[in-house]
Amino acid sequence: MRDNLGAGRDDFYSALMQAHEGLSEAQSHQLNVRLVLLMANEIGDLKRLRAVIELAGRCER
Amino acid sequence: MPAYQYEPFAYIRPPELDGGRSQAPIAIVGAGPVGLTLAIDLALRGIKCVVLDDNNVVSVGSRAICWAKRTLEIFDRLGVGERMLDAGVTWTVGRLFHGAEEVYSFDLLPEHGHKYPAFINLQQYLVEQYLVERCHDFPDLIDLRFLNKVVGHAETSTGVAVDVETPDGPYRLQAVYLVACDGANSPTRRRMGLDFVGQSFEEQFLIADIEMTQSPFGNSGVAERWFWFDPPFHAGKSALLHQQPNGIYRIDLQLSGNVDARLEATPEQVLPRIRAIVGDKPFRLDWVSVYRFRCAKLDRFVHGRVIFCGDSAHVVSPFGARGGNGGVQDADNLGWKLAALIQGIAGPGLLESYNAERGHGSAENILNSARATNFMTPKSPIEALFRSETLRLAHSQPFAQKLINSGRLSLPCSLEGHSLQTPGEAPLRPGSVVLDLPLADGSWLVEHVQGDFVLVGFGDIALPEVADLRRLGIDQAGPYPGFASTGDYAATRYGTGLAYLFRPDGHVAAVFAQPSADQVSAAMQRALGAVDCAVAA
Ligand SMILES: Cc1cc2nc3c(=O)[nH]c(=O)nc-3n(C[C@H](O)[C@H](O)[C@H](O)COP(=O)(O)OP(=O)(O)OC[C@H]3O[C@@H](n4cnc5c(N)ncnc54)[C@H](O)[C@@H]3O)c2cc1C
Repeated sequence: MRDNLGAGRDDFYSALMQAHEGLSEAQSHQLNVRLVLLMANEIGDLKRLRAVIELAGRCER
Repeated sequence: MPAYQYEPFAYIRPPELDGGRSQAPIAIVGAGPVGLTLAIDLALRGIKCVVLDDNNVVSVGSRAICWAKRTLEIFDRLGVGERMLDAGVTWTVGRLFHGAEEVYSFDLLPEHGHKYPAFINLQQYLVEQYLVERCHDFPDLIDLRFLNKVVGHAETSTGVAVDVETPDGPYRLQAVYLVACDGANSPTRRRMGLDFVGQSFEEQFLIADIEMTQSPFGNSGVAERWFWFDPPFHAGKSALLHQQPNGIYRIDLQLSGNVDARLEATPEQVLPRIRAIVGDKPFRLDWVSVYRFRCAKLDRFVHGRVIFCGDSAHVVSPFGARGGNGGVQDADNLGWKLAALIQGIAGPGLLESYNAERGHGSAENILNSARATNFMTPKSPIEALFRSETLRLAHSQPFAQKLINSGRLSLPCSLEGHSLQTPGEAPLRPGSVVLDLPLADGSWLVEHVQGDFVLVGFGDIALPEVADLRRLGIDQAGPYPGFASTGDYAATRYGTGLAYLFRPDGHVAAVFAQPSADQVSAAMQRALGAVDCAVAA
């Protein structure tokens, strides 16, 4: 998969960690689910969504 | 026997003890890398300084080892860059491990067309030794005073009075400006009661230097940098191994926040850990220390006639090597401005621009260092989970490899938008630092553009004559010195048919497509602080 994050990658990662700050584990779990759904909607394209679902699953070892 | 022989510097009885008086306008507290850099910079401008240090040897322990390209370019201007490059180890390969497995490796070799590589490794004690030796080339301009401890200071109507203690008793030194390069625990800062705020990290790090004849990286003889998350020999923590000159290797090991630092630094604790990293190859422990890191900075670096520079103004965790490198850039930014003040050619905004520009640079360094430290020391189970899944994806996904943060290496900040720069559009934008180029006669652009104001024309453009401004042509003929470039570096880095006005510290002050003498002169006055910072902001 291409690297699309570019120079903003550290800003993104730190914003993500900040979003989780102070949350319980259950709340973090919920936040992650909302994030996945929102990001899926941002991507939109079903073909690409299937590809990332497949890739994420394949990494399970 | 330690790898480095500390030769004490001579203490010389200061003239003030016998009724004499220093004529130097600048007093520098601290002969660390930053104070020494500033002293040489001022000397090259013909400005006298006194450097006061409470000690009489170079840095004890190697401390800083990674020196960035920009720092080496500054050292080049000061006449010590090539010596550092020759003595240092140039990195080539970086490897990142997660557990026992290599996640990926990457090429650390620099982009072509630069005199200096992205980074070298060289022990801080050697860097300081070379700087002290360079200071000795200016006996009439640099008054280096070892075993001179600054214990007080007060502003006077004409400058600063500095109270100093020596083995022969106390004296008072008069100067126009006092520059505090007295390190992370800056006594000057404490004396003034200035807040030093930021983030402290819980985890402690064990830093060890070992001497080995066989390379722990294998037999290739190549200098590598190995970084582990959760290594088999140090479960749940991180570890770093890299090479210094003279068969010395640096090991950084993350420890828990609650361990006893003194116990961790004992050979009984340290040796088994190192053996786990280097295997059964013989080694000798040269230096070991345990640190707890923090990121903090002063709100302002300029307080009347007292100026803070280097670690006294800002500290960072060492991941990304921004402490010493950032401090040398402070000195590079400050030297020409102090000289302009002493020479009476500075505008009202010049000293304040040091405060603004280096405040910005150090904030950027702190942001990057804090993020790397956060990545290395997850604060919660969810942070640890994100990190371990990033590492898992990194085996196959380039984007995830780049998210892994074991330190973003020190790069100079851009000063775009600050008051000294004239806004404009160009391949290398105003505020950026000089980008090096190889020239046809075997020299490099960085050897020609740093030190004073210079107007450089690239390609087909005529440079006007402006008082007190040097001119230089690249790939053009004019009534001023010129060079041909090689390859297409000049065209891609600077474009063609453009004139760049460089500040003495190598930052671009302005760019012109059709420069008139008036425009260039105005941009130069602006870069000398003609525009008040407070008004421009
Ligand atoms: C383990 C470790 C690893 C590091 N790695 C790197 C790295 O790879 N790259 C990097 O760029 N940076 C690194 N750093 C940071 C780097 O060491 C510092 O940023 C650097 O030393 C700062 O230089 P300085 O001149 O501001 O201060 P210092 O080097 O601390 O010098 C201050 C000087 O002031 C003197 N002084 C203090 N008080 C007085 C007084 N009252 N009177 C007279 N003199 C006084 C001291 O004796 C000292 O000589 C590392 C630091 C540590 C601890």
